[in-house]
Amino acid sequence: MTDAVESVDRFVDAHEAVTEDIALIVEDTELPRRLRDEIYENIDGRGGVTAEQADEIAQAAESRYLDTRVDPLDPVGTVSAQSIGEPGTQMTMNTFHYAGVAEMDVTQGLPRLIELVDARKTPDTPIMVVHLDEEHATDREKAHEVVWQLEATKILALGDVSTNVADMVVRVDLNEETLLERWPTHEDPTEVAGIVADIVEDSLGVSTRHSGTTIEFGPDEPSYRELLQLVEELRDIVFKGIEEVSRVVIRKEEVDDGEEEYVLYTEGSAFADALEIEGVDASRTTCNNIHEIYRTLGVEAARETIINETMETLEEQGLDDVNIRHLMLVSDIMTNRGTVESIGRHGISGSKDSVLARAAFEVTVNHLLDAAIHGEADDLNGVIENVIVGKPVSIGTGDVDLRMGSAPDTTSADD
Amino acid sequence: MAGQTPKEIGGINFGLMDPETYRDMSATKVITADTYDDDGYPIDMGLMDPRLGVIDPGLECRTCGKHSGSCNGHFGHIELAAPVIHVGFTKLIRRLLRATCRNCGRLALTEEEKEEYKEKLQRTKDLGGDPTDVLKSAVRQARKANNCPHCGEPQADIKHEKPTTYYEVQDVLSGDYSELITRAMQPDEPEDDEEEVDESEAMSPMDLADETGIALDRINEILSGEFRPRKEDRKALEKALGIDLTVEDMNKLMPSDIRDWFEDIPDEDLEPLGIHPQKSRPEWMILTVLPVPPVTTRPSITLDNGQRSEDDLTHKLVDIIRINQRFMENREAGAPQLIIEDLWELLQYHVTTFVDNEISGTPPARHRSGRPLKTLSQRLKGKEGRFRGSLSGKRVNFSARTVISPDPTLSLNEVGVPERVAEEMTQVMNVAERNIDRARQYVRNGPEAHPGANYVKRPDGRRLKVTEKNCEELAEKVEPGWEVNRHLVDGDIVIFNRQPSLHRMSIMAHEVVVMPYKTFRLNTTVCPPYNADFDGDEMNMHALQNEEARAEARVLMRVQEQMLSPRFGENIIGAIQDHISGTYLLTHDNPEFTETQALDLLRATSVDELPEADGTNDAGEPVWTGRTVFSELLPEDLNLEFTSSAGDTVRIENGQLVEGTIDEDAVGGFGGEIVDTLTKVYSKTRARVFVNEVASLAMRAIMHFGFSLGIDDESIPPQANEQVDEAIESAYERVQELISTYEAGELESLPGRSVDETLEMKIMQTLGKARDSAGEIAEDHFADDNPAVVMARSGARGSMLNLTQMTGCVGQQAVRGERINRGYEDRTLAHYEPDDLSAEAHGFVENSYRSGLTPEEFFFHAMGGREGLVDTAVRTSKSGYLQRRLINALSELEAQYDGTVRDTSDTIVQFEFGEDGTSPVKVSSNEDTPIDIEQITDRVVDAEFASEEEKERFLGRREEPTNLSEYAGPGLDKAGGVGVSDD
Repeated sequence: MTDAVESVDRFVDAHEAVTEDIALIVEDTELPRRLRDEIYENIDGRGGVTAEQADEIAQAAESRYLDTRVDPLDPVGTVSAQSIGEPGTQMTMNTFHYAGVAEMDVTQGLPRLIELVDARKTPDTPIMVVHLDEEHATDREKAHEVVWQLEATKILALGDVSTNVADMVVRVDLNEETLLERWPTHEDPTEVAGIVADIVEDSLGVSTRHSGTTIEFGPDEPSYRELLQLVEELRDIVFKGIEEVSRVVIRKEEVDDGEEEYVLYTEGSAFADALEIEGVDASRTTCNNIHEIYRTLGVEAARETIINETMETLEEQGLDDVNIRHLMLVSDIMTNRGTVESIGRHGISGSKDSVLARAAFEVTVNHLLDAAIHGEADDLNGVIENVIVGKPVSIGTGDVDLRMGSAPDTTSADD
Repeated sequence: MAGQTPKEIGGINFGLMDPETYRDMSATKVITADTYDDDGYPIDMGLMDPRLGVIDPGLECRTCGKHSGSCNGHFGHIELAAPVIHVGFTKLIRRLLRATCRNCGRLALTEEEKEEYKEKLQRTKDLGGDPTDVLKSAVRQARKANNCPHCGEPQADIKHEKPTTYYEVQDVLSGDYSELITRAMQPDEPEDDEEEVDESEAMSPMDLADETGIALDRINEILSGEFRPRKEDRKALEKALGIDLTVEDMNKLMPSDIRDWFEDIPDEDLEPLGIHPQKSRPEWMILTVLPVPPVTTRPSITLDNGQRSEDDLTHKLVDIIRINQRFMENREAGAPQLIIEDLWELLQYHVTTFVDNEISGTPPARHRSGRPLKTLSQRLKGKEGRFRGSLSGKRVNFSARTVISPDPTLSLNEVGVPERVAEEMTQVMNVAERNIDRARQYVRNGPEAHPGANYVKRPDGRRLKVTEKNCEELAEKVEPGWEVNRHLVDGDIVIFNRQPSLHRMSIMAHEVVVMPYKTFRLNTTVCPPYNADFDGDEMNMHALQNEEARAEARVLMRVQEQMLSPRFGENIIGAIQDHISGTYLLTHDNPEFTETQALDLLRATSVDELPEADGTNDAGEPVWTGRTVFSELLPEDLNLEFTSSAGDTVRIENGQLVEGTIDEDAVGGFGGEIVDTLTKVYSKTRARVFVNEVASLAMRAIMHFGFSLGIDDESIPPQANEQVDEAIESAYERVQELISTYEAGELESLPGRSVDETLEMKIMQTLGKARDSAGEIAEDHFADDNPAVVMARSGARGSMLNLTQMTGCVGQQAVRGERINRGYEDRTLAHYEPDDLSAEAHGFVENSYRSGLTPEEFFFHAMGGREGLVDTAVRTSKSGYLQRRLINALSELEAQYDGTVRDTSDTIVQFEFGEDGTSPVKVSSNEDTPIDIEQITDRVVDAEFASEEEKERFLGRREEPTNLSEYAGPGLDKAGGVGVSDD
């Protein structure tokens, strides 16, 4: 009791127009804290609200609030599953262009939804959306610096490669401009060429000769095959950037406050590496690989990503009317055990407690045989098991333990 | 009668069965492979022994004494002549053989390791993981041991030859070891003459002795083959000479050996492996007794010619018994080991295929016709298998299925049921004083007249069939306490369903209206939730059989209760198609109606009085505007403002439509504002009445105006056609320009795209614009009252794009999101030059549907159309599977009284559903704040409420009366409405 009075005082003190009567009335409702505070603020904002009016406000709010609550024993799981599955029939199978970024192909529609729900280790088209910090976001030059940190630079981007079969040498003519562009901290192209040569030496195990921006090297012993091999290997060397990121697209995008900033879209993803790069705003950068997010940022982040990615996939298909709460539930069950589990045989459905539920889903016989070996017992708690044995299901109206009593009778008192 | 009380399954235990238990529970031993004798009677101790249960009517089960139908059947058994392996456990058998000692049978793990694995197992169980993973790792650990840690016996590797053969593999000294050594001691044959003479002469035994450290005479003995080198010596020899002296020795493990081996495994060694020692001893995985399933599980079918056709399982059992017998005979006769082994293998094959006939590497057992037999595993597996087909999906009585057709006179809560169906589906009526007259009348009508009865049940439990002959007589006998199975009558509640049942609105409860003819009749407004149309769709109906179900259906499942979709939180039921065209015509230009006309519009609604006239017409008669007529359907205290799909602002003040067009956004399904508001703020009953009445009014309105669409409605004047041609022509020119810049190599590629891709994209863009501008030109030339335009604008049906394609230009056809590039080498059709990049060569259709397509265009159009069809076919199966998985994973989740979301084993998945506990049914998805406190405050403090009633409703003090039937309760007569009549 004293507690209640104390807390009321707090609200009376905090809001000028809120009297103790009003506070008591509002605190007496079943409204959540957020709505109660909102009522105080609104009463404060208007001023001159009588206790009677406050009572009416509280009543109206409370009735509305209670009306919008989920009913106890509501089978929210099934409803959510249906709400995501049903629009699946309306989605396209095509992989199409990413909204706005015409330069990139991204898996979309039903295949992407299936991919998310399956919790695939790597998505079909991995992508990162790299946001930049204030310093780099508005300056195109600086944004480009980040691009070079991200994009895997291969030899063909730096210059021309030619093979001289007669001398058994591979000759690389580096382009001075590109060198300086990609290594912006250096001013001398020869110096950069040195770096490039070092990388070549390290990864191919050959000794190189470089003069100016030309690098030459060859196999230790003259062998035509090895020469070609070297060229092949040379093409795969990543001189700068992240190996997985094959391409980066810069786009100017409008942010909330109407300002514009540069955002980088990468083809291929290496989330952890990307966050390390200077200039990357780690708080806004995302990636479409759930597992990568899970590894670098944890389950909660993975859950958030599943929600966002499924919502985006649906929105892209014009199904933006699907209530986000359904997606939250799917995401929550996928991350419920602390790791990302898939929906299906290898994940949630395959690890259910009930033998019958597992057997009724997929790989029936194996589940039964394994259950026998482990001496499992099925307590028949779930929905599917009870359907199988022909008992009422303990969900929804089947979960209510109410019996109709006869009208209070005078003849027999106790029951 | 004993054992007749209904029992409930409390739980199910899984385990292997001890052969002794088999024998104990067996009704009989089966020894003869024959089934029936010449007289058609089952043979004793045969596969159809009457002790295994009966399937022929009239016979009595010799075990339980019941007749076919009530006897469930009893297991028998076959004593196998030799043990055989159960195929389902081959992998586990292999693992156990590898992990346990061949001598003492103990698990080759130290005590500490065992403890560790036991703990791991417990943890995996607690976390809900797969115990098989622990077993695998324990086996991997145990395999590492070369010698048994308990008895020291060296362990051999086990080789498993699929499906059921096991070998013990040991490296033993090759038989011709001496020759191998001698050969290795000789110098290598010089390969080329050029090479210098080998300096290493043949190795002498002496050198060998030196190198290996073996005594010289021993070496000589080895060389002569008199002495077999021990392991260490062998190793040394091998090392010195660089040869391998061993061969793999494969010792076949017969099932009997394996069984003996497993019997030695102590219980405590099974625990770390996750094998339940009491329920499942490993030796039970090797069968010595085969249970024979009861006759009732493998009933034989009598064909028309009197011949019996046996079940697949019976066939398989016949095979097993035959081989089993031959085996025994041969063994007793002392047949050679080779023959015995062959027979053993054959027996193994038959038992294997009896359990599973789809083992890879084993030819499936086939029926005489060549069809593979459906044995035990096949019966359980898959969609039509026991689990998914029979146990999860059950067949029911009291169901009906027929074609559906529309009936606008029905309420959306109703369904028209053909008499034939109504006479078949019955409801139980408990006769009491109060309904005895009705009950008697039903019985008197007999089974063939409509509101009749099919059966009666006397208080003593006897059921009597009501026939044409005995109905009069029976009717007199009916007394309170009897039960009458009467036909369905108007007002009964039934469940109605259309497959695929993708969401909960696919199964809804309707009230019966019995009707003539043979189709189910629906109000057209319930088509969207069922996704039904009337091109031959069929639907199912289920008559409910107990009061609890009927009450639940009425309160929770009736169509009006399902008006709001939980997917997006808005109404899914509303006016569709012609209803919307109707309201559009009625309200868009706000036409005037005379009294007769206005009353005619409202005749099918509950409105029977017109309000004050809006004015007079030229003839001086009072007139009412369309909006006034429409407003009659609205509750008097409704206030709303929103934008219609036609683009104007709709304003409703105090139940009067002041301005705006009523179209899809107002009264349509999928979020029509008025319907949505009525359902949420007023009541579902009010919304139902509104939707019904809007549909009626709209039908009257559209009939008043007349509405049809013909070929002329898609024509545009010739000059407009010229403009379209010009637009397309200029697009062609721009495409040509693009192509020439490309060919000149001057086209700049977009970042990250090749030049070819850039060209394609640009051409697509240009041509897309061309079609759009053709559409715009066409649109400019359409009158506002063009029916196609009316439909597109109001949202009734079709879009402006459809119209564009009919009148202007069909546009670019695409396959896989690109212009059409397939067909011949370098060209799409033989009509074009190779490498022609022009628009028309790659599927641009410049004609309209009305003007007709050229053959080439038609072909390209068909290509695009085909892709759409394939896409749909692939999509339905994929999304069906996705939905099945989702439902399976989430079906256990339920909101609890404390607001959390938990599964049935009480694991919390969410602390509050959707983070705020808000129901998706009641809140629209695109609403940020479901409760607008500011608006509430404003209304309470400033706004005067028009009536006390309105205020009460606003404060939520007023409970809207619920109505449980079209025929009872408030809102019963549509005329009263619900807004007015209070209860």
